[in-house]
Amino acid sequence: MPQPATTIPIFPPLFAAPLRTLPLAPLSVALSLYARTVAKTHPRLFRRLGEHAHKRYVLDPTDLPFAILLEPNGGAPKVHVTRRAVTGDARIAGSLAALLGMVHGAYDGDALFFSRDLMVEGDTGAALALRNAVDDAELDLSQEAARLSGPLARPLQKIFALAEQRTGVSLSRPEETTAW
Amino acid sequence: MVMEIVCPAGTPAALRAAVKAGAHTVYCGFADETNARNFPGLNFDREEMREGVAFAHSHGSKVLVAINTFPRAGDEAIWHRAVSDAEAAGADAVILADVGLLDYAARYHPGLRRHLSVQAAAANADVINFYAETFGVRRVVLPRVLSVPEIAAINAETEVETEVFVFGGLCVMAEGRCSLSSYATGKSPNMNGVCSPASHVEYHDEGGVLDAKLGGYTIHRVAKDEPAPYPTLCKGCFSAGDKTGHLFEDPVSLNAEHLIPQLKKAGVTALKIEGRQRSRSYVAQVVGNFRAAVDALEAGRPMPEGMLTRLSEGQATTAGAYMKVWR
Repeated sequence: MPQPATTIPIFPPLFAAPLRTLPLAPLSVALSLYARTVAKTHPRLFRRLGEHAHKRYVLDPTDLPFAILLEPNGGAPKVHVTRRAVTGDARIAGSLAALLGMVHGAYDGDALFFSRDLMVEGDTGAALALRNAVDDAELDLSQEAARLSGPLARPLQKIFALAEQRTGVSLSRPEETTAW
Repeated sequence: MVMEIVCPAGTPAALRAAVKAGAHTVYCGFADETNARNFPGLNFDREEMREGVAFAHSHGSKVLVAINTFPRAGDEAIWHRAVSDAEAAGADAVILADVGLLDYAARYHPGLRRHLSVQAAAANADVINFYAETFGVRRVVLPRVLSVPEIAAINAETEVETEVFVFGGLCVMAEGRCSLSSYATGKSPNMNGVCSPASHVEYHDEGGVLDAKLGGYTIHRVAKDEPAPYPTLCKGCFSAGDKTGHLFEDPVSLNAEHLIPQLKKAGVTALKIEGRQRSRSYVAQVVGNFRAAVDALEAGRPMPEGMLTRLSEGQATTAGAYMKVWR
């Protein structure tokens, strides 16, 4: 049996079910705006994608009833959330917690792949470039979201921290301490 | 003297993670064909290299720049520029494999410390001493095909420092001489800096049965309950006649953690961790683990129990040639 990379939480089906009726168009717009903010603060991420900066990536959280099509567009990213089967150059699939944990550097992508907590299909080179570029960017999605929230930043960060503590899902970048 | 932990960094973030986790030394390369990990999204541009070296130095760590592929005839300038830029960035040493490049570095950058890459496949004291006398090489990275007694015998006959791999991907071939990958993909680590390049890798999942292909050839097929493999030819599962199995090596990783005391006794200076293609999460975990181990050894404390198998290819590890039990 493959050993899990670590204990990775699954999005509770009870909460996933109502997401089947979630309107996806506003979510796509919000995520596109969010991705453009990330692009502004992390321009090196797109440079690092190199020849893969214009590929289409399907990010598939397997415990949620939708998939995300990410088009980096060389630094002007677009995000489209869809319930339909969608094709791209590369598909990266895994639980939401595995995907977020990899983005935040809480989990190692290769270890998730070896343990089959993560699946890669299509253009492996493109998937690898995205993984490496995101890993280098040291993203902190909750911090980025708080930055967009103006006066709500502080309460939002508290909510993220609480959600992270309760669910075990990595919603922010783990703090690195200097060991020596 | 504490054994030096030499850690991989494929990105500036991984370099910072390695330094923070206790790396004595970090090795990395430029984002081009001059280094043997020329993977998409990896490596350093010139500015990132300068910043990375400055960060490492400010924390008391060293940086080695791997320029360890073999220059193409007519395009030597790319490799020469890499050596010059490594020195300008403040690198503590360059890791080289090609005799022409070693000669260039010795002639034109005599103040820049030179290490011999594992890609040079220097596996005996005579050849190591030749590199030291001819090109001023100060350290050699030994191939992963030697046993601990063989390493001790080499150290007894040379003044050159030795560095050995202790963790990560296990190359079982004569490194720097292996072109196996090029038969399926047209690209090899020696010339292009990539073994089994991701651009030629494909995975197909059919009801949990996972096919891993390289250059269109199926190298592995694993069931739902088996770890996912990377399709490297030397670790592939092949059928010939009525037999099916791993011809050269299983898809496992090297972990020689428990051999650290013996390697120290054998006169090894530095312990190298493989994995420039891995994430900063991997780097931090592995580096922290090995730093704790060498510090415990130095202080006479018991070695801490490792927790690294889950990070390994095939989720299984081996001591490789250090404890030779070849089929």
